[in-house]
Amino acid sequence: MDLHNAWTIVQKDFKVYRKKSSVIYATVALPLIIGVGFPLILNYALHRANKMTPVATVPSLLGAFSIWFIIGAVVIPTAIASYSLVGEKVQKSLEPLLATPMSDGDILLGKIISALLIPLVALYVGSIIFMALNDYFTYKLLGFFYYPNWQLGAVLIAMPFAALLSVEVNIIVSSRMTDIRSAQQLGSLLVLPFIGVFLASELNFFTLNFNNLIIIAGILATLDIAMFFVSKATFQREEILTKWR
Amino acid sequence: MASFSILIDSENLTKKFGEVTAVDSVTLSVNEGEVFAFLGPNGAGKTTFVRMMSCLISKTSGYGRVGNFEIGNRSDQEKIRRMIGVLPENVGLYEELSPYDNLDFYGRYYRLSEEKRRDRIEFFLKMLDLWDRRNVPVATFSKGMKQKLAIARALIHDPQVLFLDEPTANLDPEASKMVRDFILELKKEKRTIFLNTHLLDEAERICDRVAIVKTKLIALGSPQELMRSLQGKKVRVQVQQVNDIIISELKNAGYRVEEVHPDSLVISVNDFTRDNPAILKIIEASGGRVKFINEISSSLEDVYLKLVKVE
Repeated sequence: MDLHNAWTIVQKDFKVYRKKSSVIYATVALPLIIGVGFPLILNYALHRANKMTPVATVPSLLGAFSIWFIIGAVVIPTAIASYSLVGEKVQKSLEPLLATPMSDGDILLGKIISALLIPLVALYVGSIIFMALNDYFTYKLLGFFYYPNWQLGAVLIAMPFAALLSVEVNIIVSSRMTDIRSAQQLGSLLVLPFIGVFLASELNFFTLNFNNLIIIAGILATLDIAMFFVSKATFQREEILTKWR
Repeated sequence: MASFSILIDSENLTKKFGEVTAVDSVTLSVNEGEVFAFLGPNGAGKTTFVRMMSCLISKTSGYGRVGNFEIGNRSDQEKIRRMIGVLPENVGLYEELSPYDNLDFYGRYYRLSEEKRRDRIEFFLKMLDLWDRRNVPVATFSKGMKQKLAIARALIHDPQVLFLDEPTANLDPEASKMVRDFILELKKEKRTIFLNTHLLDEAERICDRVAIVKTKLIALGSPQELMRSLQGKKVRVQVQQVNDIIISELKNAGYRVEEVHPDSLVISVNDFTRDNPAILKIIEASGGRVKFINEISSSLEDVYLKLVKVE
């Protein structure tokens, strides 16, 4: 795989995304909701609404909120990955691209990076805003800055693995889909297991502490490797030209 | 087999998709600077052949070569892609991007320097009369303009061989002419062009040689050679009035009268020089008055339809 070639594809994709405001909105909306919306809700619950939320619950609430960064990492790349591949399929722009000297691996790597980079940047920026706002809102009540901490650190470590898994699954899904919406809908089903983990932790089946989150990151990394080989097997010139419909 | 002037070469090249044979033992060669048409109906295997030769899909059997590189050889595939330009059936431009950006990204895919990209893009956009619209999204362009831009994209790295798959399909007559004129410009530059088409007129007007295919190679030659070899020699004799004596005398002399009209006859001959005077003599001797006699030439369309129908 050649990084220069892959990066050229990334640059092309970024230029196209810039013209597609819907793709940008879909990418920025969720990190903004998590990064700004959740701290505002927490602030409202702590200081207004008759101070209905006890201060002691703040750490568990923040922990639950932060898990949404992993869920976001699964959901957001769906919009870009499916657009990136099914969009090229719909525009029939894959065949001329495949006729260039780039290898299948270069194209696949370019597509993966272009689908990963914007969501990850948006999520990391969202997490910085999330930490800053929550520290601002909770400092007086807790008497210390809650963030940064190891739990969110583990979330931020797991995030790219979750996003990569999402992109790889979407590449496989996109190979069987002919319209962007269907690819996005099917690809976004990947979020269900993550929601399941989140609900299980909320129901106290286990705690999403640093150790467990690192284990989850490890599982995701293993799945990433396995899915990379599956998506690489799917992303073959001949397959794309003769079997992708 | 390899000659320095042969740029595209195939020998018994075959592609099967499961039980279906898309290309069946095609043997042909295209010389440097030649415009070669692959003519056949839909589903004849034209696109599959081009895809094999551009290393987009694998061959099932046989041999194929572009330049000095073999299509089945993995290490040669990138080299082949560097020396060819491909216009697929669907142009596949990035509609949101400008023509400049479309060409620029393809220049980068071929690792052209920034300066070379700038020069070549300017050259093509000016040639295509698109320079003033270089920053406008391609989505706003007509089909003909898109097709021309896609051909320019295939030429951005100055390839030795250009594969054009149905370059005028689905275009209106004006846009088709626009694209054909562009191909004729490229022909003047002595580029090697392999053109897939089902349009006979296009093949006849643009190409040096034509291969008629329907999965298998049916015929190969220049349009004139094909027309000559398959038309069968016929003459039309215009007379004052045709009568039964003329017809029976011609038949008695061994001629086949193909068509009889009140004032003309169509007759099969073997040799125009020998038979035309003989026919005139027979008609005059039978009381007919010959106004004129002319040789009938069939079009490439006649040849094509005859061959494809037989297959």
